[in-house]
Amino acid sequence: MSNGIEPTQTTVEPSVDAPKTPAMGEEVVIRLDNVNKWFGHFHVLKDINLDVRRGERVVVCGPSGSGKSTVIRCINRLEEHQQGDIIVNGVTLTNDVKAIEAIRKDVGMVFQSFNLFPHLTVLENLILGPIWVNKTPRKEAVDTAMYYLERVKIPEQASKYPGQLSGGQQQRVAIARSLCMKPSIMLFDEPTSALDPEMIKEVLDVMVELAQEGMTMICVTHEMGFARSVADTVVFMADGQIVEKNSPKELFANPQEERTRQFLSQIIQH
Amino acid sequence: MADHSSARGAPAAKGSAPPRKTSFLNDQRVRGVLYQILTIGAVVAVGWYLVHNTLTNLAARDIATGFGFLDREAGFDISESVIEYSPADTYGRVLLAGLLNTLKVSIIGIVLATLIGTIIGIARLSNNWLVAKLSSVYVEAMRNVPLLLQLFFWYAIIGVALPHPREALEPVEGWFLSNRGFRFPYPVWETGWTLAVIGLVLAAVITWWLNKRAARIQGETGRRPNVLIPGIALFIGLPVILWALGGAPTAIDVPEMAGFNFRGGASVSPEFAALLLGLTLYTAAFIAEIVRGGILSVHYGQTEAAVALGLKRGLVMRLVLLPQALRVIIPPLTSQYLNLTKNSSLAIAIGYPDLVATANTSINQTGQAVEGVAIIMATYLTVSLSISAFMNWYNSYIALRGGRS
Repeated sequence: MSNGIEPTQTTVEPSVDAPKTPAMGEEVVIRLDNVNKWFGHFHVLKDINLDVRRGERVVVCGPSGSGKSTVIRCINRLEEHQQGDIIVNGVTLTNDVKAIEAIRKDVGMVFQSFNLFPHLTVLENLILGPIWVNKTPRKEAVDTAMYYLERVKIPEQASKYPGQLSGGQQQRVAIARSLCMKPSIMLFDEPTSALDPEMIKEVLDVMVELAQEGMTMICVTHEMGFARSVADTVVFMADGQIVEKNSPKELFANPQEERTRQFLSQIIQH
Repeated sequence: MADHSSARGAPAAKGSAPPRKTSFLNDQRVRGVLYQILTIGAVVAVGWYLVHNTLTNLAARDIATGFGFLDREAGFDISESVIEYSPADTYGRVLLAGLLNTLKVSIIGIVLATLIGTIIGIARLSNNWLVAKLSSVYVEAMRNVPLLLQLFFWYAIIGVALPHPREALEPVEGWFLSNRGFRFPYPVWETGWTLAVIGLVLAAVITWWLNKRAARIQGETGRRPNVLIPGIALFIGLPVILWALGGAPTAIDVPEMAGFNFRGGASVSPEFAALLLGLTLYTAAFIAEIVRGGILSVHYGQTEAAVALGLKRGLVMRLVLLPQALRVIIPPLTSQYLNLTKNSSLAIAIGYPDLVATANTSINQTGQAVEGVAIIMATYLTVSLSISAFMNWYNSYIALRGGRS
């Protein structure tokens, strides 16, 4: 509890049984090489090393304040790292605006607080990026948007405004908004933490489906059921460091580090 | 117990006691109506007293009431006017000239204050330390000094710091700055110039059409044609071509010294310049804070979500931040526009002949104080309500649909 983990969340299992179908490739699409970051004097990321292969599904977990959100926010440069290299799809992140824009185009992001644009309808939220960034003709953008709204099972909400939707629906729209950009990598920053328990499942279902299709995903979450059923790799972070990294089976059954055991026992007790 | 539940207005359960009897004065609806009757009664009584008192006093002093004086000759001159005016004209015309002077300074002031205010407001949010601090200093200095004092300051600067017309500053040949105001060359008006102005209007219309066309093409093909360069070309080219077609008039009226003052050219009076400067810079400080507050009111997650899609900074501002910030900015901005318009009546302090100044002289000469003040009040009310109506329309035009989130 002191870690800010909702006990109810660990009990929600995604309904879809996930056969880990598509095998991940060998190609490394995201490489973090000795990444360090400070917020003022606070050393928030300490020597982070992480390789993510194409099609790999990585779940990052850990107590709050451990730097797990900061890691994925560095990958699309919402935060700037001060030391080390981050290489996404072969492009090294620097201050080069063009490189940052190119990476953001190809890396979708879903936020804890949805961050839909409240002045635009669901459909307008979905086509904004394709039209202004990818220069897609409007009709084509609308077709793509409707396809992804079908995928997240709310095509009937297309003309509504975000404020008229439930939290779970908003988060599904947010996922669809990212997918409309046809990204090759998706980042999820605690996508279910702001949701009521009964809405968590509908969002997780969408994410599980996405994982089964072979999308490269990095997901910061406390949903251990999700990690167990779809993740290839679980990364456990504490105090700005990667403490342990393993397959979910190994990590949950046989944690190597004392800090990991502590964390797991705390969330599994409930 | 039964008594308790019925007193709370629960539906009368079978066999429960009837509602407790209480004075009808305790009924919420009766009280509501009563308060309204009392309020209206008080307002009517005070109004009747004022009107009755005024009429009695006017009768006692043998002052004729009515608006007949508007047709009489005013007999006094004003220093500047948008329309033709001479002392032989009527009071009605001098008041109209005053109103037009008020509108002139207000409209130019509103446009300039909005521009400066928006720039300062955004600058105060800048990451650049110097820019942000300078903007803060500007805002704090301007909004913490009374406007009347600022008007005196600008008027004194122009009157004292600038030289006499004979030694006028001439930064560019033919452009003179002196304590009689600012004088600059002005073309002798001929058909060619009228055509040039028509060309400007045409350019605006065509650019607007090009912009609509660009949006349509973007919808069909995804590529948005550039409008900026053809737009600039139109704004320069069309007036020049039409001016040439109109005979390419080149005669320019250049101001020159004649006796103690200038003759020819066009001029901006020191009174108008001081009033415009004061009103604009003062109101811009408030508008800057409104703009800053509006932009800050948009949650930072909106910026993050927009840049995460790959949108460029300018597009984030235009497509995501500004539409949301404007909803917060418009209502207080309307108040500032009204303030600027009404504050323009401080013109009387530095001798700019606005509505209040001309009405004031008219009142002094005719003694028709009630009518004069009534005209001032009705005019400001009309102008203010017009501004409000326009801004309310604009606000509902950009308002957030579909509830808040």
